[in-house]
Amino acid sequence: MLLSEMKEGDSATVVKIGGGGALRRRILEMGILKGSHIHVEKYAPLKDPLELIVKGGHISLRVEEAAQIQVKAETRT
Amino acid sequence: MTVTEQTGKQLTIALAGNPNAGKTSIFNHITGTRQKVGNWPGVTVEKKEGQVRKTGRDLRVVDLPGTYSLTPFSIEEIVARNYILDENPDVVVVIIDASNLERSLYLATQIRELDCRVVFALNMADVARTRGIKIDAAKLAELLDLPVVFTVGNKNEGIEELLKEAVELAESDYTPLQQRKVKYNKDLEKGIAAIQKVVEETLGDALPYAVRWTAIKLLEDDNIVKERILEKAKELSGKVFQEAGRQRQLLMERFDEEPEILTTDERYGFIAGIVKEVHTTAIQKRVDMSRNIDLVLTNRFVGFPIFILFIWAMFQATFTFGEYPVAWIEALVSGLSSVVNSVLPESLFKDLILNGVIAGVGSVVVFLPNILILFFCIALFEDTGYMSRSAFLMDKIMHLIGLHGKSFIPMLMGFGCNVPAIMASRTLESEKDRILTILITPFMSCSAKLPVYIVLAGTFFGARAGTVIFSIYILGIVLSIVTGRVFRSTLLKGVDAPFVMELPPYRVPMAKSLLIHMWDRSKIFLKKMGKIILLGSIVVWALTAFPRHVDYSMDYDAEIQGTIQKYDAYRPADGVEVQQGLTAKRDREVKALKARKAAERIEQSYMGRLGKWVAPVFAPIGIDWRGGVALLTGFVAKEIVVSTMGVLYAVDDVDEPDALEKALAASSLTPLAAFSMMIFVLLYLPCLSTVAAIRRETGSFKWMTFSIVYTTSVAWVASFIVYQGGRLLGYA
Repeated sequence: MLLSEMKEGDSATVVKIGGGGALRRRILEMGILKGSHIHVEKYAPLKDPLELIVKGGHISLRVEEAAQIQVKAETRT
Repeated sequence: MTVTEQTGKQLTIALAGNPNAGKTSIFNHITGTRQKVGNWPGVTVEKKEGQVRKTGRDLRVVDLPGTYSLTPFSIEEIVARNYILDENPDVVVVIIDASNLERSLYLATQIRELDCRVVFALNMADVARTRGIKIDAAKLAELLDLPVVFTVGNKNEGIEELLKEAVELAESDYTPLQQRKVKYNKDLEKGIAAIQKVVEETLGDALPYAVRWTAIKLLEDDNIVKERILEKAKELSGKVFQEAGRQRQLLMERFDEEPEILTTDERYGFIAGIVKEVHTTAIQKRVDMSRNIDLVLTNRFVGFPIFILFIWAMFQATFTFGEYPVAWIEALVSGLSSVVNSVLPESLFKDLILNGVIAGVGSVVVFLPNILILFFCIALFEDTGYMSRSAFLMDKIMHLIGLHGKSFIPMLMGFGCNVPAIMASRTLESEKDRILTILITPFMSCSAKLPVYIVLAGTFFGARAGTVIFSIYILGIVLSIVTGRVFRSTLLKGVDAPFVMELPPYRVPMAKSLLIHMWDRSKIFLKKMGKIILLGSIVVWALTAFPRHVDYSMDYDAEIQGTIQKYDAYRPADGVEVQQGLTAKRDREVKALKARKAAERIEQSYMGRLGKWVAPVFAPIGIDWRGGVALLTGFVAKEIVVSTMGVLYAVDDVDEPDALEKALAASSLTPLAAFSMMIFVLLYLPCLSTVAAIRRETGSFKWMTFSIVYTTSVAWVASFIVYQGGRLLGYA
């Protein structure tokens, strides 16, 4: 599924990062890599952008950017 | 004694690190108040540097822009990288957020690859400790072959030791161990080796950088390195680029990924290995204050109301509390001018000092309290971490205009005063976002334009004045949105800066850092603006003061003299009351004469001639030459439009509250023309202070000129449509 389809409080592992150029590299540089564990902390009040927890840091992404990231959802604990 | 101690040679220390890693507080602790804030050459990225004498040496400390990486995407990254490459600082201190080790190490490993001397500062060690994070510094130092120091920037812990290590390293004859740098996978290393070989063979000594690093960058298709090689070795570079292209192609075929993605992946892999060895997290459920605060501040329901409350508070503080010191400064300025008035004899020089210099500089200095308070609030937002939350909240809305969430605050400030608003755009990281924000901010109707609206709308629209003024504000907002969208898809096109933004943990701000922040920016405002505004005010003054000899339509002085004599000669015996009445009448008549004289003076001054000369331009939008002159003088400050109109429409009694309204109502101006003029005032060229701010913040005359031309054209076209359209519809 896509990261943008995940709900608040969900966790997932990154499968593939699409998109191109600066955006893709920037996402990688912020630590969102294939195999990274990510947690969707929340969506902004207007449903865009969303806040993630990756490698202990909080990072926000726009929904359109999150839609470039394929993830495999983890079962909630 | 070391060499440096004997020779007194200055050591340069560059500070690098992620934004929010606590770089600024360490910089402030090292340099104290001895800081120089300026811009990096050619770009609008703030450059901070300080000179201190510590550990027995003269140290020059340069604060590099906070970045997450050294890929040449943003100006900040280019600036940071070029500084390390070209200026060769003696040592680079990488400030690492100990509570966020993995990501911090990404930048650190890239700096490591640049072959410079590096010291790590594991900052915010206290935060890391309370989070149950333990870092084995000795192991980290060994693995990367560099000194590692624990620091707590905001408590001034470990800074002395950090400096000591940095100085020691700078003076040693250390060369970094090759094997302690990132090692890539076999295929990448093969590619790097192949390029390295060609680079060595063809470029040799012409190469400006370390060979391995150059090879890696060529593999990553780094434009800046390519340009640099092209510069240094034009004819030889073709072969190198060819080989780099070939290797890129090979890797892309093999991995179905661009090599720069592969290297990023590999670097993180390398880091993961290090982190595994040095980093342990105690298994305890930690309480994350920051997350709890965010449960409220970015909450779905109360997030926006709280944001609006904060913004309201900032606005109030800036423009309401600011009013008191503004009033004091105004009093001081007027006090000064009355002293000058009484001390100096009547002369051209006095006129220049009084109406040119003092009036001009005074008009800038009065902004100082607003600016100080605003920058204090912004520093507070930034240092606590709330600024990125406000961008998080507003981004959806601002993105519709093609802007970043952070553009909201500058634009909102524009309703108060454009000068601090434009300076507030500094908080935007992307230059395109910054320029776009600066270009549309002048359409936010600033408070100085309000008096003009009040006079015009009050005179011509009576009870509907409020609605009319409101419509003017709305027009400004609509045009800023249109401008934003149009420029985003034409002039400032290009990939939207990705919104990938960190939401750093909330922090208690340090008073020292807030004050330094506030003062630095205010100082820039005073220094740079002061010059331009002084010059501008003198020019405008000269235009209104010259030529000195005016052929008046009548001998006003004689007339005034005559009036006085006439009244003085007639001294009735009956009572004090009648006499007082007569004196008042005499004064009124004298005032009226003086006002007419002043009006004629301005009419015949260069400014007046200019006004008449440009009258054909204003005619199609319903503004006569008097309005034109008023608008021209409004360039110094918009409030002046009202006072110039007062002079030109020969308002005889300035003390009477609605004298100008009466004079305007009696003039040839129609409600439609007044509305057209209000629109023009809303949109036309920003005031001198704002223009100076635009020049400063965009760092170019080109954008400044563009802004002037664009706003004025839009103003004319909008007024033309409204005025001529209104006439066609039968409103005259």
